[in-house]
Amino acid sequence: MKARDVLLNPIIGDNPITRQVLGICSALAITNSLRNALVMSLALTAVLVTSNVAISLLRRHLVASVRLLVQMTIIASAVIVADEFLRAYAPDISRTLSVFVGLIVTNCIVLGRTESFALRYHPGLSALDGLGNGLGYGLVLVVVAAIRELFGTGALLDIPLLPLAAYGGWFRPNALLLLPPSAFFIIAGLIWLIRSRRPEQVEKPDVQEVMLTRMERR
Amino acid sequence: MDGLLTLFFRSIFIDNLALAFFLGMCTFLAVSRRIRMTLGLGAAIIVVLGITVPVNNLIYRFLLRDGALAWAGLPDADLSFLGLITYIGVIAACVQVLEMVLNRWFPALFQALGIFLPLLTVNCAILGAVLFMVQRDYGFAESVVFGLGSGTGWALAVIVLAGLREKLRYADPPAGLRGLGITFITAGLMSLAFLTLAGVEL
Repeated sequence: MKARDVLLNPIIGDNPITRQVLGICSALAITNSLRNALVMSLALTAVLVTSNVAISLLRRHLVASVRLLVQMTIIASAVIVADEFLRAYAPDISRTLSVFVGLIVTNCIVLGRTESFALRYHPGLSALDGLGNGLGYGLVLVVVAAIRELFGTGALLDIPLLPLAAYGGWFRPNALLLLPPSAFFIIAGLIWLIRSRRPEQVEKPDVQEVMLTRMERR
Repeated sequence: MDGLLTLFFRSIFIDNLALAFFLGMCTFLAVSRRIRMTLGLGAAIIVVLGITVPVNNLIYRFLLRDGALAWAGLPDADLSFLGLITYIGVIAACVQVLEMVLNRWFPALFQALGIFLPLLTVNCAILGAVLFMVQRDYGFAESVVFGLGSGTGWALAVIVLAGLREKLRYADPPAGLRGLGITFITAGLMSLAFLTLAGVEL
């Protein structure tokens, strides 16, 4: 396994959100402004790299039956540090992100990567894997947040870019983009975009499921 | 009593965990293929939320909160930074105990819930509800009602989505949207529909 692949694959090809369907909660909930998305991606990447490395170092000493418990403890400790750090140095952002920083504990990306990668490979590769997945997650978050903030308020990072109609410009902000459901549509669009470029990711029609449902109805 | 009833219906419809706060999305999208499966999952989540939110409420108010240890002669202790690690531990333990109890006394129900019970430990809807309880400073009675209400809301949302997806199987979306993409769009439309309840004053 090449280090370059480990780092770059999760960014688009094997992206945690659009391909592995992990860590969607926060991708939907906090993407209404670009600043939140950036801070959240940084926090998640930091947690992911530290817990991947820590678990990879311990991988030869972990007993299978208490594995999950140890992993959760390590992840939770990393998240507590990240949370306290944000509270101390960026109290405003910490308040807008509310419970979502704490929810990194149960973010499936972290547990998913430690479980499927860090337990098998050495710390260096695991750190790269954590970084790559964090970047892949961050990329989706930043794209979604940029679309939502730009067309929802006409500004990016609070710097006005599109002149608002209310102040004599031409742009009428689309308030729907600031509401939570719009994130679903934008991510669906991203998935569509990625899959039309990479047709091998397209899912097969679910013939078996259709048959099963029909049999249940009878 | 009136306030509790309001809180119950608020947490089902207006502050729906799945569709207003997007918690538990991974399970929400992954398991909602068939109605029959979501029924078991819904029941499990109501039970687990109904237990863990009140238990964590007691722990928070009598052990962790600033000054909560006054009864033990430590009025200056503030253990709230241990919150996350405690809550996730309590959730994991509750799920484990529940699994054993069901296995021993209600084997039929245990069979029906199957794999979903252990998975609930890492479901962010559970931890999210606990964190909301701490953030909004609920009392004990409120936390029981909030736990049961938000569990019911999540169960309702996942069952409805499964119903829609069973119908969608006969639809023919563009190839790139098949499966995951169209599910996202469906969930988005559902979330919009639930949004219309947001202005309702109970």
